[in-house]
Amino acid sequence: MPELTFAQAVNQALAEELRRDDTVFVIGEDVAEAGTPFKVLAGLVDEFGPERVLDSPISEPGITGLGVGAAVTGMRPVVDIMFGDFLTLVMDQLANQAAKTHYMSGGKLKVPLTLRTTMGATRRSAAQHSQSLHAWVAHVPGLKVVLPSTPADAKGLLKTAIRDDNPVVFIEDKMDYAVKGEVPDGEYTIPFGVADVKREGEDVTIVATSSMVRVALAAAEQLETEGISAEVIDPRTLVPLDRDALIASAEKTGRAIVVDEGHQSYGASAELAAVIAERAFYSLDAPVRRLGAMDVPVPFSPPLEDETVPTPETVAAAARQLCGRT
Amino acid sequence: MDVSADTLRSLHRTMLTIRLFEQRVAREFRTGEIPGFVHMYIGEEAVAAGICANLRDDDYVTSTHRGHGHCIAKGCELDAMMAEIYGREDGLCKGRGGSMHIADFSRGMLGANAIVGGGIALATGAGLAATVRGTDQVAVAFFGDGAANQGVLHESLNLAAIWRLPVIYVCENNGFAESTPAAYATSVADVASRAAGYGIPGTIADGRDVLEVLAAARDAVARARAGEGPTLLEVKTYRFMGHFEGDPEKYRDDEERKELTANDALGSLEARILADGHASEADLDALRGEIEAAVDHAVEFARASAFPDPSTIERYVYPEQVAQ
Ligand SMILES: Cc1ncc(C[n+]2csc(CCOP(=O)(O)OP(=O)(O)O)c2C)c(N)n1
Repeated sequence: MPELTFAQAVNQALAEELRRDDTVFVIGEDVAEAGTPFKVLAGLVDEFGPERVLDSPISEPGITGLGVGAAVTGMRPVVDIMFGDFLTLVMDQLANQAAKTHYMSGGKLKVPLTLRTTMGATRRSAAQHSQSLHAWVAHVPGLKVVLPSTPADAKGLLKTAIRDDNPVVFIEDKMDYAVKGEVPDGEYTIPFGVADVKREGEDVTIVATSSMVRVALAAAEQLETEGISAEVIDPRTLVPLDRDALIASAEKTGRAIVVDEGHQSYGASAELAAVIAERAFYSLDAPVRRLGAMDVPVPFSPPLEDETVPTPETVAAAARQLCGRT
Repeated sequence: MDVSADTLRSLHRTMLTIRLFEQRVAREFRTGEIPGFVHMYIGEEAVAAGICANLRDDDYVTSTHRGHGHCIAKGCELDAMMAEIYGREDGLCKGRGGSMHIADFSRGMLGANAIVGGGIALATGAGLAATVRGTDQVAVAFFGDGAANQGVLHESLNLAAIWRLPVIYVCENNGFAESTPAAYATSVADVASRAAGYGIPGTIADGRDVLEVLAAARDAVARARAGEGPTLLEVKTYRFMGHFEGDPEKYRDDEERKELTANDALGSLEARILADGHASEADLDALRGEIEAAVDHAVEFARASAFPDPSTIERYVYPEQVAQ
């Protein structure tokens, strides 16, 4: 299998879908010649032209609403929102329009829209360029929410998102773009709602999302040297959520930690923990633990920022505690 | 326009301070000493200097991601600005905000902003507050040509127009939003022409001539103070550096850059000051030395300042946490 970076995998998925289906187009700020500031879309405009890789003015609510309208009328737009922090600007179009159109029309109108955006702190980008707001969209029925953690998952899940008949919010961690991983040759897709066990273990389950999967895997390696066997499981899609897989893993190990980069209060980690607590309760040896980002705006100053997000050390410490080893 | 020697020298000092401060920020950014991202204002100094020369300390300004120039022109201290850019406890925002979020309420500087268009409605609100309080303060919203296509500008201009708010909307048209040319992204050649749709004055000034900016702003500020309502003032300018430090800048060629940077507002102002005999070469050298020393001092101040203590990380989320 070839090795690709996360960014290359996203790029390949888009290229393949643009090639496969004429109704697919990409729209966003600096997506064409510039290929986005992260260079994720580099080269797409050369193959598909500026009509299908469309540079937009800085008008996030406008292009998102336009995406909804184009989707309803037969296209499969992929809207690029540079930073996940700007989800706040497009929330009306997502939550009040995209999410509800199919339901409110009694199933008559479909919105096959994909909105790609980013998340993640520790790039010294301060409070308005570092947020992980996936819980905001996961809270709205009608939207699907994808958080890929590896290049292979990113590619397979993005192709599924584009082919899905629902509005899908696809969130990439900026810190993952340069991460490399093996990506299967040839055409493949990954279904939504299927969690992936990234590492098998016996003593404790670590449910992790997006770049927190890497953090959890690093913690698991550390724990292994101490005789604690951690299982790392990635739901990959928050909506739909593979509840059964999370519950089965927690039932097997008897202990669960949820690690997610959204703010801890009222976040995705709360939902994931509740799913496990409700259905695996009688198999648990300890209460479910949550590790999210601190409930503070992401500070600019590096020593402060580094404290705000879960790290391999904090995850390992939580696991030790759950396993009664302090 | 008839301007006094003092005014010319003061504009020059502001512009040169911005230039030298930013050149130093760029240098320290490249050495890796400054974390994150910095957006340089070099080339656009005449805008901030010409506008803010008409403002009082108690007037308000909202700024952008490219905010260092606005801060300096509005009177922020260099030491505390630099410390903020370094992420230190002695920074204007105690290291919590960084380059894109510098604010100093004591100078009416309501904040740089990392959301494109984010400051436009805020300045409108500051203008409304002044109206409600019955003061003659004014507010200025600085924003780029890119921000001109955010819907919030439409709403703000209409609100300010119907309530005759004392707000000056200053579009700094530097021709690009990141890599996207304004000519591509904007439906009209002049953002100022959109003012007609709101029934307010729309004026254009050439940012290569600080005196033209000064004069245009003087009229707009006078109008606002007199309760006659908002103005949309577009300044045609050019950024000499990349969108951010490290930008590969594939979207414009050296020819274009050479042509436009040849008309440096700072250079022409210096030429005029010398020609009119308001200062000698030696005076200008002395001023440069003085500002360089102040910038050196700011860097040393920033370096000597501690990083914030991680145990204070939750302070400032809510005012109650600061009260004790
Ligand atoms: C709402 C929002 N959209 C996109 C961005 C990313 N971004 C930062 S600066 C910029 C270009 C802004 O252009 P302009 O308003 O002309 O200001 P300039 O950078 O030219 O000073 C963009 C797209 C952002 N920070 N905020």
